[in-house]
Amino acid sequence: MIEHYVVAASSYAKDIDGLFDFMFWLVGFWFVLAEGVFFYLIFRFRAKQGVKGEYITGEKKSEMRWISWPHYLVLACDVAIVVMAVKVWMNVKQELPEADATVRVIGQQWAWSFAHPGPDGKIDTADDIETVDELRLEVNKTYHFRLSARDVLHSFSVPVFRLKQDAIPGREIVGWFKPIKTGTFDIQCAEMCGIGHGLMPARVVIEDAAQHAAWVAEQSQHKVASLSAKPGAE
Amino acid sequence: MADSSFKPDRASEEGAEQGADSQPGASVPESGPTRAQAEPAPAHEPEESPHEPDAHEPDEHGGHGGHGGHGEHPQSFFMKYLWSTDHKMIAMQYLFTGMAMALIGAFMVYVFRMQLAFPGMSVPGFGTVSPAEYNALVTNHGAIMIFWVAMPVLIAAFGNYLIPLMCGCDDMVFPRINRLSYQIFLLSSVVLICSFFVEGGGFGGAWTAYPPLSANPQYSLTPLGATLWVIAVALEFVAFLLGGINFITTAMNSRAPGMKMYDIPIVVWMIVVASILFMASVGPLVAGAVMLVFDQTVGTGFFDPKRGGDPILWQHLFWFFGHPEVYVVLLPAVGITGEIMTVFARKKLFAYPVVLYTVFATGILSFFVWAHHQFIAGIDPRMANIFTVTTVLISVPIAEMMFVYIATLWGGSIRLTTPMLWALSFVGEFLVGGVTGIFLGASGTDIYFHDTYFVLAHFHYTFVPIAIIGTFAAVTFWFPKMFGRMMDERLGKIHFWGTIIPFNMIFIPLFVLGAAGDHRRIWSYENFPELARPELQDLRVLATISMLVMLSFQLVFFYNFIKSLMSGPKAGRNPWQANTLEWTAPSPPPHGNFATLPTVYRGPYEYSVPGRDKDYWPQDAPS
Repeated sequence: MIEHYVVAASSYAKDIDGLFDFMFWLVGFWFVLAEGVFFYLIFRFRAKQGVKGEYITGEKKSEMRWISWPHYLVLACDVAIVVMAVKVWMNVKQELPEADATVRVIGQQWAWSFAHPGPDGKIDTADDIETVDELRLEVNKTYHFRLSARDVLHSFSVPVFRLKQDAIPGREIVGWFKPIKTGTFDIQCAEMCGIGHGLMPARVVIEDAAQHAAWVAEQSQHKVASLSAKPGAE
Repeated sequence: MADSSFKPDRASEEGAEQGADSQPGASVPESGPTRAQAEPAPAHEPEESPHEPDAHEPDEHGGHGGHGGHGEHPQSFFMKYLWSTDHKMIAMQYLFTGMAMALIGAFMVYVFRMQLAFPGMSVPGFGTVSPAEYNALVTNHGAIMIFWVAMPVLIAAFGNYLIPLMCGCDDMVFPRINRLSYQIFLLSSVVLICSFFVEGGGFGGAWTAYPPLSANPQYSLTPLGATLWVIAVALEFVAFLLGGINFITTAMNSRAPGMKMYDIPIVVWMIVVASILFMASVGPLVAGAVMLVFDQTVGTGFFDPKRGGDPILWQHLFWFFGHPEVYVVLLPAVGITGEIMTVFARKKLFAYPVVLYTVFATGILSFFVWAHHQFIAGIDPRMANIFTVTTVLISVPIAEMMFVYIATLWGGSIRLTTPMLWALSFVGEFLVGGVTGIFLGASGTDIYFHDTYFVLAHFHYTFVPIAIIGTFAAVTFWFPKMFGRMMDERLGKIHFWGTIIPFNMIFIPLFVLGAAGDHRRIWSYENFPELARPELQDLRVLATISMLVMLSFQLVFFYNFIKSLMSGPKAGRNPWQANTLEWTAPSPPPHGNFATLPTVYRGPYEYSVPGRDKDYWPQDAPS
């Protein structure tokens, strides 16, 4: 149902959507059943002239089962939900698959900065490509992100990936995603971070291999040009 | 000592407590402001005739005009309404303060919802909304509605009003601590309101106040607002700690003779358990609040990672309190619903002991679920699995509680009066809040839904039934007892439908918006291309317009409230033909509540007992 509103652009987006759909139908069944019985009882037992209520304590075994059986069933549904939810959670958050590349994501008041690996394919080297409010990714590649914050809490939220992770100053949190669709999508901050919280929109651009390589090449040329320009000026 | 002589048969230790307290301020003769206006100098009447079991018929009106009035000791306005130790007056103080704060909270939601629906517009009565103002509005809307509306109205007002009356005693065990509780609460409200007007504006770091944003003025840009806000919240907690002591001790120690544990009305149990939860959970947060104020003002670094502090520590302290807090406000509303449903279904509460077990189970479990607010906050991901299990598990006792209520309707003779409509809608609407919570408690889906409007719609589907529907249920049900007059049923029903329908029209669109990726606390969605789509904006406009409709229907309530207060038909002692002890006292009950303290012979829900003419059987009527 979520994919009706938001494109599923990561490898695990459909797992989260599937979990939602599973829970929606399971929980929806209980909800409709409970509300149905509830409204039926209100209608059936509305006050009628000369008809007194019944005296039911609800403490006899034969009466108790009306609530004890449903409650065992609820427990069984709960177990199913927990198993499914934990499975998805472990895949998205707990396990870290091998990465093809790593990006650095830094939240600050009020912008996102990103560091992409340059031509050498590694981050934290001199040829890193740094951008503000724009994350460039190559489709069908598994990425690790190294997330941190400069000042206050932020939350790196990419709805099309179904990914959200708080960024904490003084800590580096590592997670992963694998884009599976090309396109340009929103990145939001999901944790209150001050007056500019609603004003730090960023975009994620997912390209195919050729486009991405071209972008990397172009950016590193800029970088080389600006680096070589500087000492020359002095 | 006028007090003690008024009721010679009062239990001796309570008499001593009252006696110690019978300075002029303590012997407040009246309980409702209207009565004082109608009868400025009530004559000192002889004691009421000893209570007779047959005296509480619905048509029983007259005879208690000036009960308890001490004409020769006229109370100053100050002593009577502001310095009282009478539990009913303190309940009124909490009720009216809470309602006044609700109006402030409602004004805030009006302003920021208008900004969301029509970004950049000049909101009538406020002007254009800047991002800083927007943040302050959402922050204080949340804080006010939970700490200054739900808490004072549901726990403090109805706890104060109902516990002594339902337990059949004359006042709280510690009346002066009770008075202090309200005074500190009032002070906290004043501090909070002041925080909006200081330099830099009100605090805008969300009601959860996560540091480092809240701890550091350089980041929040509200140096004074943030500190005052934290102080106000801490004071409010102190007030409720003092109140909680009273609720627990009064319900445990001052019950009428014969009232065994299973004879206590369920709402009293709920308020007692809620108070225990509150007192057990609030300590860490008060400590955290002090640390936060120190971080803000004297430069300590408890939550500052640069100096070895940890911002996540605050989240643990906050949510260790914050999640039980949800049940602290939920339980009284559930209890109120139970009282009303049994009266108007003319039914015994289904499986009373089971309800109690579910309450205790919920209370204990609620201490082990807090980290579901922090799944993606940077805690160890393995911890999320444990908290998913506990969180999803709490659905079992809550579902069972709801099943019990639904089962109570079976075989009833249901009268759809206004209070009954509110009580039934509590069950119907709370179910929505309950089932949507499972999506957030399950870690897998919470990754996507955390901090979206889905969360917001979910907790409004719990808090609106709790704080709004529960309050209206309680006010319409106990209004005859509180003020001695009946409310208008027709206006009550108009108000009911005018609140319930728009309420659903506000929050169903917000569920959809949350699923579509709207994040919370965003000043304007125009900057996000995927969220600025017109079909989503239409939903925001729909929610805002529904909110305006819902707010405007509250005028009907205020009109009904004031009109009924002035000129509603007189209510007898027991207009609803209910069983619990408060209905054996005069309406409104005088200071000291009962002419003769009642004795209890049976449980609170003996309706439609076979072989009796009447379909109710008051707790204090001898067999």
